[in-house]
Amino acid sequence: MNPLDEHRLAALLRRLPPAPEAWVKAAQELPLVRGRLEEIVARAEADAEFRRALVADLEQALAQAGYEPDRALVAALRGRLAED
Amino acid sequence: MRFDASVTRGSEYGSLDDAELVGRCRAGDEGAWRELVERFSRYVFAICVQAYRLPEPDAEDVFQDVFARVYERLGQLRSDEAVRPWIAQLTRNCCVDRLRRGARVEPSDGIEEGEADEQLEQLEEAWAVRQLLAELSENCRDILDRFFARDQSYRTIAEELGLPPGTIASRISRCLAQLRERAEGRIDAPASSGGRSR
Repeated sequence: MNPLDEHRLAALLRRLPPAPEAWVKAAQELPLVRGRLEEIVARAEADAEFRRALVADLEQALAQAGYEPDRALVAALRGRLAED
Repeated sequence: MRFDASVTRGSEYGSLDDAELVGRCRAGDEGAWRELVERFSRYVFAICVQAYRLPEPDAEDVFQDVFARVYERLGQLRSDEAVRPWIAQLTRNCCVDRLRRGARVEPSDGIEEGEADEQLEQLEEAWAVRQLLAELSENCRDILDRFFARDQSYRTIAEELGLPPGTIASRISRCLAQLRERAEGRIDAPASSGGRSR
């Protein structure tokens, strides 16, 4: 960091604003959705049609299957499906 | 990784360094996970929207994907103190995947070759400065964060902190000078992580 003056420091402080609060909260709640996540993944592994529906439209497939498609669950599930 | 809120109680998480925090997460400490997300959320967010210029809906998807992967793969991390570079790499991969797959919305003006790398280097510097910020008093940390990172006005800061509006500018100036003193001789190149940061 050169030159290291207060203008430069101020500019660098501006580079890391907070992420939107709702995003942070959803990520923090990942442990709370773990049970539902494992249940859905197991069902997707056993039911190819359900898995296809999840891949096609995750939120809609979850809602149709009776799961509340909240942010944390959708995010965790998307990550798992991407890994497979 | 299973979390048990009874493993650790209290508000000691903020004082843990990165490696200690990762260890607590692995032990199933839900509070540690919340702190880990809080600690790295700005960094992940900045990579998404500044380095890769993802529009907000795509940035949100990537943000959540990154933390979901961190959660799932924390047990595979070889070096606990290297959690931030690891998260950075996961974030970069997720951003690139998103752009390659054809995001819902295209980045507003595209990304020139090398531009993302340049932005990432600047974010490394910004991260190093935030680590120094954590060494200042609570009051200084708060007021500098509010003014620069949260873009709050003097008036808002004065109202929320119950301070005379006329003192805000001088407090910011004084705290910024303290930050500069801390930075002198300690940051002359993008620094690596490994320590506490908030």
